[in-house]
Amino acid sequence: MKHLITAAAMLAATSAWADTPVLTVYTYDSFVSDWGPGPQVEAAFEATCGCDLQFVAAGDGAALLSRLRLEGPRTEADIVLGLDTNLTAAAAETGLFAPHGLDVAYDMPVAFDDPLFAPFDWGYFAFMMNADAAKPTSMQELAASDLKIVIQDPRSSTPGLGLLMWVKTVYGDDAPSVWSGLSDNVLTVTKGWSEAYGLFLEGEADAVLSYTTSQAYHAIAEEDPTKVFAPFSEGHYMQIEVAGKVASTDQPELADAFLAFMLSDGFQSVIPTTNWMYPAVTPSAGLPEGYAALPRPETSLILPAAEAAAVRDEALQEWLTALSQ
Amino acid sequence: MADRSVAIGEWSGPAAAMFVAGLIGAAFAAVLWRGGGDLSLGAAGLAALRFTVLQALASAALSVLLAIPIARALARRSFPGRALLVTLLGAPFILPVIVAVLGLIAVFGRAGWINVGLGALGLPPVSIYGAHGVVLAHVFFNLPLATRLILQGWDAVPAERFRLCASLGLGPWAAFRVLEWPILTRIVPGAFALIFAVCLTSFAVALILGGGPRATTLELAIYEAFRFEFDLPRAAALSLIQLTLAAGAAALALWLVPVLPRAPGLGRTANRFDAPKGWRRVADGVVIALGAAFLLLPIAALLTRGAPALLSLPPSVWASAGTSLQVAALSTAFMLALALPMAGWIASARSGRAEAVGLLGLAASPLTIGTGWFILIYPYADPAAWTLVVTATVNALMALPFALRALVPAFRETLAGQGRLAASLGLTGLAYWRVVALPLARPQLGFAAGLCAALSLGDLGVVALFAEPDQATLPLQMARLMGAYRMEAAAGAAVLLMALAFTAFWLCDRWGRASA
Repeated sequence: MKHLITAAAMLAATSAWADTPVLTVYTYDSFVSDWGPGPQVEAAFEATCGCDLQFVAAGDGAALLSRLRLEGPRTEADIVLGLDTNLTAAAAETGLFAPHGLDVAYDMPVAFDDPLFAPFDWGYFAFMMNADAAKPTSMQELAASDLKIVIQDPRSSTPGLGLLMWVKTVYGDDAPSVWSGLSDNVLTVTKGWSEAYGLFLEGEADAVLSYTTSQAYHAIAEEDPTKVFAPFSEGHYMQIEVAGKVASTDQPELADAFLAFMLSDGFQSVIPTTNWMYPAVTPSAGLPEGYAALPRPETSLILPAAEAAAVRDEALQEWLTALSQ
Repeated sequence: MADRSVAIGEWSGPAAAMFVAGLIGAAFAAVLWRGGGDLSLGAAGLAALRFTVLQALASAALSVLLAIPIARALARRSFPGRALLVTLLGAPFILPVIVAVLGLIAVFGRAGWINVGLGALGLPPVSIYGAHGVVLAHVFFNLPLATRLILQGWDAVPAERFRLCASLGLGPWAAFRVLEWPILTRIVPGAFALIFAVCLTSFAVALILGGGPRATTLELAIYEAFRFEFDLPRAAALSLIQLTLAAGAAALALWLVPVLPRAPGLGRTANRFDAPKGWRRVADGVVIALGAAFLLLPIAALLTRGAPALLSLPPSVWASAGTSLQVAALSTAFMLALALPMAGWIASARSGRAEAVGLLGLAASPLTIGTGWFILIYPYADPAAWTLVVTATVNALMALPFALRALVPAFRETLAGQGRLAASLGLTGLAYWRVVALPLARPQLGFAAGLCAALSLGDLGVVALFAEPDQATLPLQMARLMGAYRMEAAAGAAVLLMALAFTAFWLCDRWGRASA
């Protein structure tokens, strides 16, 4: 009899375990790494959801969308986390996403309202330099200087594409001439952010295209005040990272719960010192010290998703032409 | 030569070749089918095509040309540490691209050792960025490989030949014409084709050292088509062009290689009585020293940067090293299972053109193979469960052409030399493999296995596309460290990676050369 009870208890336990719903979140690689927000976010959400949160890493931002397109409506993904506003127009077009229904006051310098995608963090693109170097205050000043910069290829990298949009937003039809001015400053172009940043840290270049929050990383994690960004008076282009609910999800309630959690303290407080971006909703404890001291650009630039998608091809052609000379 | 008494790999060879072609063909078919059949290239594609071919030609030509004097000097000189140097020559080839590039930059970059030295002398700096930088990096990667392949050709010359040369009093030039020139004509075209194919698919190197979008290769265009545009037909079209180019180059080169049988020797160690003395001895020393410095300085730079971080590596890096070792073992076993029958089959055939099949795996974009197999697996199983198997397979396919290049001449040699005797003794089938073919090809076998294991350890490849968070291989973990600003830890991981890859290569290579 005793054995029977044990067996029954075990069976019950097993089936309870088997019933634990699984929420699958597709995200980019650095989000799930030991040094990214993934592990802490997973622990915090699983503490309350009674579910198993599983991250699937699929390369980086653009690869994420490609993966979803490959899988189509049969995808296992319930949530896709880590697209940015340069990708959301294409993502919306796939018809694979469902409205999130959230109504939250974001702490961002620009208004953001997208029925399909909710932001979880954001940042400004900027050129990181050594603190003792003379800093340009605009793209044109940079172009006129003899500073050597490393940038990323817009065809393979998110910051690279961001710079393209930045120049296009500020200079419009004059973008090609700005790019030809910049072309002799470009030491080289890399496939992704880490190669470029690595070159900068090796002392190969005077400046590297990164984020203003890179300065916060050096200040907080390495207590190194010598790496700072160059503030541009014409403004800095923003990156807003978003997440969306997959329409074909088999866990719609859980997905909604995750998106709500994403904008709560449990998620947002992890972001600044793991993803090194500004949280979309400032946590109740405020921002870490290094962030409060970080200068904020006076002008925040960003193109609406539809417009960004529309100018991308033209901007890319201009970039290719100017830098292929 | 016309009358071969023993043929090996008669059915298993073609079967393995068809399997390889099938693996790659299926991936291409899947991408084409999923994307629709509209193939177009576009102007940007044409520009990329031109740059790709030109840089690959320059890189392959320079690698092979520079390798000849180094291999020649190494072949006829013996000095303490020669064996170690020959093994170390394998090192650059197995480095992950980004690691090697950072090593090159530490030596040749704006703030690198050479420019610091030039600056101290009051000389203007030299720049590594530009088309010459791409070629420099490709030579760095492939010179050692070319040297090893050519050196194997020299090592295969029976010692008796050199004794005969010496006793006939042939001078260096005459010995070169009679003995060495035939070796070069047999080895160089194949090595050239191989390196051309490697350089065709290069992408990160071309971009980072090419200095801008001028240096767009086909592989970058493929990457862009897959990732940003999600334009599968264009990606497939570009991959097909890349594949055709590499396979065409290989078929042409292998067709040019004359299949000459040579009299077998007794397998004794060559004592190079003919090695010239005097200034030529000094010149050989200079050639070896320059080659070694070019290849080993960047590695030394990496070691000095990364070694301090080695002890404080996070546990997950060690765990991923374990994963990488598993993938490497699997991929090496898989590669041998394909390479042995294929090499036997090709060695038994009159022409070596079938070897071009082996090059397909190298020339096919890993992104295309990965995506194709993702499309094929997805309807039936979770691709993540197959990530490591797919990665090991892709790595095995990448290493296959190198294994064939090493094994085919060795098998051809033993078939020509021992084939009739073996047949008369009734050694056929498995017995021939066990008693004749494998023991006599042990050095090449060790080299091929070591190369595959090392290559697999260092390859980021397709694992980045589908890996679950806990399936990270060491190169992926290193990329993650770099992505999280942890450049120093990444440098430490790079040293660990280098140490593992090099040890794997050294163990296999050492096992192979133990008998020689």
